[in-house]
Parts: sequence; C-alpha cells; structure tokens
Amino acid sequence: MNTQRSAINPTIQPAINPASWKFIFASWLIATLATAASLFFSEVMDLVPCVLCWYQRIFMFPLAVILLVGLHPLDVRVVRYALPIAVIGLLFTVYHCLLFYGFIPENLQPCSEGVSCADASMELFGFLPIPLLSLVAFISIIILLLKARATAK
Amino acid sequence: MKQSHYTIIGLVLIALAFGLTTFFHNAEKNAQVAQQVTEHSDSLIRNHSVRAGNPLAKVTIVEFLDPACKTCLQFHPMVKDLILQYGDKVNLVVRYAPLHPGSEQMVAILEAVKMQGQFWPVLELMFETQTQWAINHRAHPEKFWNILVNTKKDLDYEKLQQDMNNPAISQAIQQDVADGQLLGATKTPTFFVNGKPLPSFGFEQLHRLVSEEVAEHY
Repeated sequence: MNTQRSAINPTIQPAINPASWKFIFASWLIATLATAASLFFSEVMDLVPCVLCWYQRIFMFPLAVILLVGLHPLDVRVVRYALPIAVIGLLFTVYHCLLFYGFIPENLQPCSEGVSCADASMELFGFLPIPLLSLVAFISIIILLLKARATAK
Repeated sequence: MKQSHYTIIGLVLIALAFGLTTFFHNAEKNAQVAQQVTEHSDSLIRNHSVRAGNPLAKVTIVEFLDPACKTCLQFHPMVKDLILQYGDKVNLVVRYAPLHPGSEQMVAILEAVKMQGQFWPVLELMFETQTQWAINHRAHPEKFWNILVNTKKDLDYEKLQQDMNNPAISQAIQQDVADGQLLGATKTPTFFVNGKPLPSFGFEQLHRLVSEEVAEHY
C-alpha cells in the first residue's frame, strides 16, 4: 500500500528509519501508560482529578493517539505535531510540581474549589506523587521525540 | 518481529496491567469494606434511623442516601419496588450521606418532618422536585422550603422550624456522616444488605444480593 501511495505522490512518502521508530514507539508507550495510569487513578481509585491534573490529561491523552498514528506507518513528522502538545503539558506539570512541593504559595494556586492541587492524597502508594510521575512522563516523551527527530535527519 | 507486533504487545500489556490492577484493587477494597462492616456492625443502624417495611424482616437493606443525589433519585422507585416485591421479608433503613453542599439542611428538614410523621411523603416530594432545588450538584434548601410550604399544607411549620434547630437532629446527622465514613459510604447511594456491601455498584447487584439473602433466611 505504501509503494502505491508513494507512486502517486512521492513527496508524501514517510522516511523509514528504524531508530526514529524506536524513539517514537517508546514515547507512545509512555504516553499510553500515563493515560492508563491517570484513568486508573480517577476511575478505579476514585481520586478526583484536580484542575491542573485535568490540563495535564488534556495534553497527555492525545499523545497516546497521535503518536500511534505516526507509528503505523512510520511518519517522523508526527514529532512536529506531538511536540507542542507535550511541551504545553510539561509547562502545566512544572507548575503543578512547584505548587505540590510548596515553591509557589498556596494562595496563588488556581484551584481553590474542589480538590486541592497540593493535596497529599496525590501520593501513590504513599511515596510517589502523581505530579512527579507526570513530570517524568512529559520530560521523557519530549526527549524521545527530539531524539526521533535528530535520528531522522 | 514486525513493528506492528511491538505496538500490539505494548497495548495488550498495558490493558492487561490495567485490568489486573483494577481487579486486585477492587478485591482489596471490598475486603476492607467487609471488614469495616463486621468490626463496626453497630454503625449500620442507629436508634434514630428511619425504617420502612416490616421491622421484623430478616433481610435489611441499609441505604446511605443524599436527597440531592441524582442516582439516589433513580434508585428510589427501584428500591421501593424491591421491598414491595418481597413483602414483609425485606425492610429498608435510610441513613444520610449529605455529600452535596447544602444537603445537610435538606436532611435536617427530613429529620424534622419525621417528628411529625411525614418523613416518607417529604422524601418523595424532595425526589419529585429535585431538579427544581438541586442545581449543579448544589442543594438549595430555601428553594425546597418554598415548594414544601406550597405543597404540604398539613405540616406545622412553626414546630418544623423549631425542630430543625434541635441539637438532637444535628447530632443524628453527624452520627450518620461519621458512620458513613467508617463504613466506606463515600458515594451515594451506598447499600448494605444484612451488613454485606455490594460486590460492585448497580441495581442488578443489589437485587441479586437481596434475593440471595432472602433465600438464605427464609
């Protein structure tokens, strides 16, 4: 099917590069894992997502879809579309972590109603804070996407 | 191995991990609730709790409800039918779980009308008119008060207002809230049938548990 398509319009043929496939695959895996984990927190563990968690979800969930589309067949240009989403998600996560660890005072946080974004209940198993998990996920996705772009060149 | 195989394996592994952790988490939670209930069996029914149906029935449904809760509204006729279906074998105990803002005052109205023997008609009225006084998950007791005054002319409203300030009422509500937290009734409605929590939430599950208990005790 690929050869057919490239025969019609050779300019849209995606660059096949196994190394960048691996990087995009890894970033997709992390995004999907993070999506599943956040759904687990809210739907199974009944943790109500706070406002900042919602914004991070908004930018994490589409990555699980868009990166999968970019993998089959491999289209390295998916990095171009996924990267801005991941970077915006990272900004929210950084803000959330600063709030969670008290670098930003409580009264400056935007979520005064509902669930507090600095709530201790966000610690998974008592020691893994969810904002930190989110931070690790977004940073690794961004690094992997940048690596995918670098190897494709 | 083809690239698509990796993707499928990744998806399957994540789905499997999700399913397994969900299963174990729920099993652990149910065991915890069951243990809480056996340890605090006196928390299930209090002297002030309202009961419907045969007081000597061998099967008792305890329902933690919030008059402002939409699901409680939907369950209400179904639970009523369930009790009627089993005649004098099953009865119902109502406990309060005022989880919505403003619900505590709604519950105080219920406790006060109970003193005039009007608990059930007023609870019915609350559910019937819920959309008018429960807006965006917030109860507006003053809106319901207007409905009540216009609908039920046979209530002594002076006495009702006095009774609502009776400390025994707020004590009863606080007791229900404390018991609800102890028994894990963090969502409404929460049901216990002869002290047993539902394996998972749903009317079918409630029906099944009730019929099992009836079969066991009769």
